[in-house]
Amino acid sequence: MSGLSVAALTLSHFRSHKMAEMALDGRPVALFGPNGAGKTNLLEGVSLLSPGRGLRRAAADEIARKPEALGWKVSAELQSLCQIHEVETWAEPGASRSVTVDGKTAPQLALGRIARVVWLIPAMDRLWIEGAEGRRRFLDRMTLSFEPRHGEVVLAYDKAMRERNRLLKDQVQDPGWYDALEGRMASFGAQIMANRQMAVSRVAMAQDGAETSFPKADQELIDPDGNAPLDTEPDLRAALQAGRSTDLRAGRTLQGPHRIDLHALFAAKGIPAKQCSTGEQKALLLSLILSNARALAQDFGAPPLLLLDEVAAHLDADRRAALYDEICALKAQAWMTGTGADLFADLGDRAQTFEVTDDQGTSEIRAH
Amino acid sequence: MPEAPSQIEVLIALMAKLPGLGPRSARRAVLQLIKKRSLLLIPLADAIQTVAETARECVNCGNIGTTDLCEICTSTKRDRSQICVVEDVADLWAMERADVFKGLYHVLGGTLSALDAIGPDELRIPRLAERVKTDQVSEVILALSATIDGQTTAHYIADALEGTGAVVTSLAQGVPIGGELDYLDDGTITAALRARKAL
Ligand SMILES: Nc1ncnc2c1ncn2[C@@H]1O[C@H](COP(=O)(O)OP(=O)(O)OP(=O)(O)O)[C@@H](O)[C@H]1O
Ligand SMILES: [Mg+2]
Ligand SMILES: [Zn+2]
Repeated sequence: MSGLSVAALTLSHFRSHKMAEMALDGRPVALFGPNGAGKTNLLEGVSLLSPGRGLRRAAADEIARKPEALGWKVSAELQSLCQIHEVETWAEPGASRSVTVDGKTAPQLALGRIARVVWLIPAMDRLWIEGAEGRRRFLDRMTLSFEPRHGEVVLAYDKAMRERNRLLKDQVQDPGWYDALEGRMASFGAQIMANRQMAVSRVAMAQDGAETSFPKADQELIDPDGNAPLDTEPDLRAALQAGRSTDLRAGRTLQGPHRIDLHALFAAKGIPAKQCSTGEQKALLLSLILSNARALAQDFGAPPLLLLDEVAAHLDADRRAALYDEICALKAQAWMTGTGADLFADLGDRAQTFEVTDDQGTSEIRAH
Repeated sequence: MPEAPSQIEVLIALMAKLPGLGPRSARRAVLQLIKKRSLLLIPLADAIQTVAETARECVNCGNIGTTDLCEICTSTKRDRSQICVVEDVADLWAMERADVFKGLYHVLGGTLSALDAIGPDELRIPRLAERVKTDQVSEVILALSATIDGQTTAHYIADALEGTGAVVTSLAQGVPIGGELDYLDDGTITAALRARKAL
């Protein structure tokens, strides 16, 4: 079997799950059960098979099952193209999370090469309305799915920026020190922008070619002033140097790739995403995610794992059916949650369905 | 209650702080020392005492020696027109083990890090610029790690040495991201030195 999917998943002492085991066959996964049963927790476990803090952006200690607080562990057998990888990730109390791939200790960023994961969670229903940070995070998650090294570059840029911000805060005047840091920031910043632009254009191309019931979103990257962002190393470097005195007054770096925003337009209507209806906004996000998956199927050879929490919310019955059809056509292992089994009835045996329930504070999972 | 008498526990605890030793191996090492009192323990205690009294940083390059100027700085066989800049004495030793570099060194003792309050003065970068000028150095080779801080430091030094007439080169090859010279084998260091390039 090719593609990308989780073939087996074990969560131990992971939030409401004490010991959850799932055997999977590569079909989409539908999880239903009452509020608080532990469905989102399961998706969070899968999201930690990629680099970063997962779909809740939680600290390692927060995830450990309370009240025991003994640490937690996620183990997975990942089918990636034609290979099977054993991935384990865990955190001891008070420690940050560790990763092993096929039994060997690996840096978290190594996960990006094996598991490409993209998610949509209810908090993102307001993505187009709220601040730029959430959109930037969405953009970088999308970019990371195309370019696993994007994570390293973003970390390197952040590190150099934190150094520069410290100089600014301490009112250090040494121009040579700024030059050296700005040189690093400009070099990594140009790579960040190139990666992001590549991702945006790959998604746009996939939208153009696709047979889909989801509306096309025209995406654009803009800076805080609404202009086209600087994206070359010399431009970024010159802007940082020119901005030094303003930044000294602010005590932090006011421009650069860390301030870029993702704008989207409902293409057919020519209306900005933030002015669209709630359902339309969600449809735009799904359109981007599905196009991301299509483009990745071409580039990487498999669509990413899709984590779609409460996916049915805000979607009418036709859109829901269309979404299921498109996921199945893509052969993506989409993990979807909802409160009732009926929400997934259209999927029939095209998906593996599980019921998640709560038994006095411990989640139970049963194949349906 | 500790397993050994308290003075011995103190020694074990100190040994356990050494790189490469943990509590268990420190315990084994101390037991061995005590069993081999005249062969190991007393000579080791003497050697430690002597080093404690004599070890110091070379005032010129920052290397560790037992005199104000280290053996490399006072040697007549070294090429005084080249200075190799390293982060740490361990890196200097690694370069010496590879036995390919015949010039002098400058040990920074770290890398620039605003977040850790390590600035150019802490790294004696002004002193390096002074050495380059007064000793008519023609090439400064930066052997710094490929971390962000290492590379920022490299660019800072290149900038600070502009106008001194010295060529600034860097060991670009073979130093992996986040890698440190000390962990590289001799062949890799030799290759990296040969393939150095202007910064
Ligand atoms: N660290 C933890 N230890 C123990 N339980 C936890 C921990 N963190 C969260 N929980 C519990 O896990 C339960 C399930 O949460 P989850 O978000 O997975 O529910 P859900 O099935 O997605 O529900 P909903 O349909 O409301 O979204 C919650 O009741 C929550 O209190
Ligand atoms: Mg939920
Ligand atoms: Zn010396």
